Amino acid sequence: MKSLSEIETTSKRASRAVGFSWGIAEEIAKGIRLLELFGLPGIQNLNQYYKLINKKNFKTLSVIHKNNKSNGSSFCPIDLGVKFIDQVKTIENLKRVSITKIAYPILFLPFLSRSSDIVGKKILLKFEKNTFLLNFNVSILANYSKKKIPLLASKAEISFIENKDIFSEKEWKNLYKLSENTFVEETESLKQGAAGAGLTDND
Amino acid sequence: MKIKLRDPNTIMKLSRLGSFHQSRLSFLRSFLSEFQDWEFKRDLFELDKNGYGIVVYSLEKKGRVYSLVCFANKIKNNERSDRVIATKWDAAFALHDGVPSKKDIERLRNEVPKQEVGRLSYKELALSRANKSIRIFDHVVECLSKGVQPSLELIEKVGYLYRTTAVYGSGKFGLADRFRIKNRDEINGPFRLEMMLVYLVRQFTFDQVNHIAKNINPKSSTSLDPKICKKLGIGNSTGLGMAPFIVNHPTLLNNWILCRETALKKVRELKKVSIKDIELFKDCVRNSIKNITSWNTDSTYQLHKIKFLLKDVRKLLNFLENEFNFHNDFPFNRLYLWLEKETCEECIEYIVSMMMEPFSKIVKPLVKKMSSDEERYFDIPTERKTKDLIAILEKNYSYILTLDYKKKEHQKKFWFISKNKEEPRLADRFEEKGSDLEQPLAIARDIKRLYEKLILLRKSMKISEFLNKNSDLRHVVRRAFIIEKFPYSEIQDNTIGENLVPIDMLRLKLSFFGAIKFDPRSDKWLRICMFQGAPLPNELKNFDEQWIYKSQN
Repeated sequence: MKSLSEIETTSKRASRAVGFSWGIAEEIAKGIRLLELFGLPGIQNLNQYYKLINKKNFKTLSVIHKNNKSNGSSFCPIDLGVKFIDQVKTIENLKRVSITKIAYPILFLPFLSRSSDIVGKKILLKFEKNTFLLNFNVSILANYSKKKIPLLASKAEISFIENKDIFSEKEWKNLYKLSENTFVEETESLKQGAAGAGLTDND
Repeated sequence: MKIKLRDPNTIMKLSRLGSFHQSRLSFLRSFLSEFQDWEFKRDLFELDKNGYGIVVYSLEKKGRVYSLVCFANKIKNNERSDRVIATKWDAAFALHDGVPSKKDIERLRNEVPKQEVGRLSYKELALSRANKSIRIFDHVVECLSKGVQPSLELIEKVGYLYRTTAVYGSGKFGLADRFRIKNRDEINGPFRLEMMLVYLVRQFTFDQVNHIAKNINPKSSTSLDPKICKKLGIGNSTGLGMAPFIVNHPTLLNNWILCRETALKKVRELKKVSIKDIELFKDCVRNSIKNITSWNTDSTYQLHKIKFLLKDVRKLLNFLENEFNFHNDFPFNRLYLWLEKETCEECIEYIVSMMMEPFSKIVKPLVKKMSSDEERYFDIPTERKTKDLIAILEKNYSYILTLDYKKKEHQKKFWFISKNKEEPRLADRFEEKGSDLEQPLAIARDIKRLYEKLILLRKSMKISEFLNKNSDLRHVVRRAFIIEKFPYSEIQDNTIGENLVPIDMLRLKLSFFGAIKFDPRSDKWLRICMFQGAPLPNELKNFDEQWIYKSQN
C-alpha cells in the first residue's frame, strides 16, 4: 500500500514533469492525496489525464462566470480547479455556476472540496447522473459507480448550499425539550448570587 | 521588562542557524522525558555467535507498545559504506507499532534489510540502517572477550559503536503516515518516533558487542561497563537529503525556532534568579568545556568555529567568575547582551541553549508547541491585494530583496533530485546539466522575482488575478502569506549562492534533533553523535536532566 505522503510527493513531481508550475503541482498533489484519502480514484484519473495532456488541447479559463461554455475542447480540470479555488469568494455570490465539458471531473473535486472549506458552505456538483456533495473538506458524498469513472462532465452544475437546518423546527423543539430534563430549577437565593447580580451596570 | 523576540533577519541567516546547538527543546531530550515512565523490554534475542540475527526491543505503557525490530547482517568490509548509494548495511531496523507477530517479523525480515527498495506497511513507523564503526567495534569486542574494558580514550574519541546512515519516517516507503498516529500524546513532538528508534538502536549495539564477546570467550569475557555504555551514543552520517526538509516545512521550521526564541525571551525577562538556578547554569557552562575539547573533526571550517567557541566560552567563564553579578535584576538579559557584544555566533547560540537548562517551567510547555499542522496554512488568501503582498515582502524579506540575481554568484547553484537515489543534490548551474529540472528551493531568488513583478503592477489587483497570469510564482506567493503569520518560517539567505554552506542547513535541523559533535566531512555532509551520555533504558525513570553536559565527565 502506498502512503499518502508517497502519493502526494509523486503526484507533485509528475505534475511538474508534465509542465505545471511548482505552485500548481503542490495544489494538484494535495488534491490527489485528498481523493485517495476519501477512497476516490485520484491516481488513476491523474494518470489517464496526463497521458492525454500533451496530445490533446484542453481549454483554460481566466475568469469563472455564471455560465461557462466550451464549444470545442473540454476544460482542463486542474486549471479550472485552481481558478475556482482562487476566485471562490466571488463565485460564491453567483450561487450557481454551470460549466460545459470538464475533462476528468474527478480531478476537479478536491478543488471544490477545499473551496467548500474556504467559504464555509457545502458545495454540490452535478453532472449527468452523478452527484457529489463536498462537505467543508471533511468528506465527499458521491452517488457514482466506481466501475464507471466519468471521463467527461458534459454539463456540470455547481451550487453553493446555503447553511440551513435539514430538520423541522418541530423536530428541534422536541429534542430541546428532552434536553431540558438535564437542567435544575434555581432557587431565589442562588439567582441573587449569580454573575452580575446586585451590581449596577452603569458603574 | 518586556524583551522582544530576536529579529528573524538575524536569526534566520544561515551562518546563525548553522551555529545552533542542542538544548532542552531538542527532540531526543524531549523524547527521553516523555518516555521516562515507559517499560523497556528485550522481547527477542536471536543472534548467532557472530552477532548476526534478529533482536526485538519494546517500550510499553498502558497497553501501548512500540517495538524496534533489528536485523544484524553479515557484510564484507568493502561493502560497508555510509553513502546513500549503499545497498548493504551491518544492521537494519524498523520501529513497529505494537507487538510484531511472527508473520510481521517474517515480512520485515524480507523488507527491512533492503531499505529504500523494500516496502513497509502502515504498521511500521520508522525505518533505519546502520554500520559499525570498525575502528571501535572490533576493539570493544576484543577487549570484552578478554575480560577487560575497552580504551576510554578511543571510546571518547569516536563516541559510538554504530553509525546510522538514514532514518526514515512519515510515510516513506509505505511507512505509516503521520496523520494515522498524530493524536497520540506521547508522540506529540517532531521526530519523536525517529528518536525512539535511534535510542533503542543504541541499546542494540551494547547487547551485540556483549553477546559476541561472550561467544568468543564464554568463561573469561566481561560485559561493557554501564558507565562506558553511557559515554557511547549513536553516530549518524547526514547528507543533503535533510536540507530541503526545512525549506519544505515552513510552519514547522517557524515553530521550532519560535519555541527557542520564546524560551530565550522568557529567560531574559526573569527579574531575579535563584542561587540554585544560577549554579545549575554555571555548572552546565563549566562541564560543557569538555564537550568542546572532545569535539573531534578534521574540517578546517568546523575547527575554526570550535577554536573560537572554546575561546569565547572560557572568556564567558572568566566574566562570570570575576565580573558578572547574577544578583542584579534581569541577569540573563544582561548576560545575553554581553554575549552579543563580546562573543561569536557559535558561542552566543551555545550559551542560549544553556540558559534554558534551569527553567523547566519555561521550556516544558514549549515542547508541546513544536509540531505544526501545515495543511491549515496551505490555502492562499486570493481575495487580498497586491499591495498587501508587497508590504509582506518588504517587511519580511528585506535582506533577500537586496540580492541581485543578475550576478552569477547569486545563482551559481541549483538543487535537483538525483535519478539513481531520488535524493536531493546540489550542482553548479553553469557547469552541470539539469538546471531545467531545478527543485523549488531557490526561495530567495523567486521571492525577488515576485517582488520585481509586483511593483510594476497596480497595487489594488487581487491576488487571484495576479496568480492567473503568474502561475510560476504561485509557490512563493503561498510562502509569503505564510511568513506573514510565521516570522521564523523562512531562511533569510540565498540557498543557491556561490557562498552557500549547505551543512549550515543540516546543522540547524540536527541541533533540534539534539545532535552533538558536528563533524563536517565536506561542505555537503557531516557526521554527528546522538544520545552520547544519555541515560540507559534501565535508568530512564530517574535521570539527570543535564546529562548532556556530563557525558564526557
